[in-house]
Amino acid sequence: MAVLVVADHDNASLKDNTHKVVTAALAMSGDVDVLVASAKVGEIAAAAAKIAGVRKVLTAESAELGQGLAEAVGDLIVGLMGGYDAVLIPATAQGKNFSPRVAAKLDVAQISEVIEVVSADTFVRPIYAGNALETVQSADAKKVLTVRPTAFKAAADGGSAATESVPAPGAPAKVHFVDQKIVKSARPDLGAAKIVVSGGRAMGSAEEFQKVIEPLADKLGAAVGASRAAVDAGYAPNDYQVGQTGKVVAPELYIAIGISGAIQHLAGMKDSKVIVAINKDGDAPIFQVADFGLVSDYKTAVPELMAALEAAGK
Amino acid sequence: MKVLVPVKRVIDYNVKARVKSDQTGVDLANVKMSMNPFCEIAVEEAVRLKEKGVATEVVAVSIGPQQAQETLRTALAMGADRAILVQSDQDLEPLAVAKVLQAIIGEESPDLVLMGKQAIDGDNNAVGQMLSALLDWPQATFASEVVVEGGKAKVTREVDGGLQTLEVNLPAIVTADLRLNEPRYASLPNIMKAKKKELAVKELGSLGVDTKPRLKVVKVTEPAKRSAGIKVETAGDLVTNLKTAGVL
Repeated sequence: MAVLVVADHDNASLKDNTHKVVTAALAMSGDVDVLVASAKVGEIAAAAAKIAGVRKVLTAESAELGQGLAEAVGDLIVGLMGGYDAVLIPATAQGKNFSPRVAAKLDVAQISEVIEVVSADTFVRPIYAGNALETVQSADAKKVLTVRPTAFKAAADGGSAATESVPAPGAPAKVHFVDQKIVKSARPDLGAAKIVVSGGRAMGSAEEFQKVIEPLADKLGAAVGASRAAVDAGYAPNDYQVGQTGKVVAPELYIAIGISGAIQHLAGMKDSKVIVAINKDGDAPIFQVADFGLVSDYKTAVPELMAALEAAGK
Repeated sequence: MKVLVPVKRVIDYNVKARVKSDQTGVDLANVKMSMNPFCEIAVEEAVRLKEKGVATEVVAVSIGPQQAQETLRTALAMGADRAILVQSDQDLEPLAVAKVLQAIIGEESPDLVLMGKQAIDGDNNAVGQMLSALLDWPQATFASEVVVEGGKAKVTREVDGGLQTLEVNLPAIVTADLRLNEPRYASLPNIMKAKKKELAVKELGSLGVDTKPRLKVVKVTEPAKRSAGIKVETAGDLVTNLKTAGVL
């Protein structure tokens, strides 16, 4: 069987998510091609061609593809699916935007947020915010999957696949791109960060949240997160929210400060490799999932942690 | 302008889902059920469009068991004008849901479909996009701001790392993200009023839509449990442990 992987990129460079989805694809088949759909494919395609195990890189170039218009990207993929048995799409905001269109046009199910490839037709995916894992088998002739990149190791570089250009579809008639504002933050993206520092309701105010959480995050080169309670109380903006109704993260290190550990928050971070909890309430549920717990008021613990990191050369 | 808002009855977001011991699914017996949080945001947005005089009618639709009437009553109490329940005890996959909604849209001809980006049970995040593809209506997903003007909707969307603004011709499908608004609580007088609003019930079978499942659920299991680790005494011990664990 032949599998198509849709590359993740920011119109300038290829993102590591692509390497991770290639790993998932290689678990299904040895014939894996990568599609680069962008406003400017050059460097992105060159990077994709270097991923070990990739057979061929397909490129399509247009303004609408660069804008990520779901209608354009979806039509492009549907047009290519004659030659493929499955398409694997990174489960990013961008991937999730067009993937279901491909499934609907092919009249097949979408298998969402795959975290394990059991075989070429059987996959594991989290449901109920990761509180249950569903193993599903697809009888559809063609398979459309979104793949959660954090669940797979990145495929290494070392390949030298050929690149082939395919025609881009025409501009969609009923939707017009107005503008895009990508936040240029010095901090890493919450969804992709290796370390996340999150604050909870214990912070008490937005000023305190900024004063306590942000310097620690900056010291660690971490992204900033927050519990829903902190967001609801207005201490942190909504896009910081980690949890079932916010972002699901799985960093190497997750530091929860003044977070009690409500179910809906745990759902968003329990797949982190190492979890640290700092809370003055030793009975807080967060300690039940934490690898390292420090029962202490954050007001003393965080300055001490900053000092300890300083002493350790961080 | 008529706005259609699909809503789903799901496990309450504050309740922990428990896997059945026979691995056939999640145990929903005697569990608190509520309107899916993203659907609530969509209802709120539709009601605000009506309050601004942009929308003239807000119709809530749900596909589910008889108890989904309660979810629809919640939508009516929030300010929807009438409701439709497509009754079925079958748990439909997103493609089937999209096809059922397509049939309802054929009957109702709304100008805008406002819906949640995802239900917190299946976590698929697919129905809105599928519906857009089936109808060949434009889509604007993960909306954090919606402005309707002159037969178009200007939608600000949450994208990877920032915000994107699209303008879609109506009729269109817009899916709601968290930041779009904060849904209101229905007031007691409005809950009472909602009981008198029209709620039509249709049988799923009467729509003639193919809702056959495409996926076979092999099993549903519990994720590996995290066990509680150790308590450290000082911030210094914490840093030492984190270095040993290789994450600093």
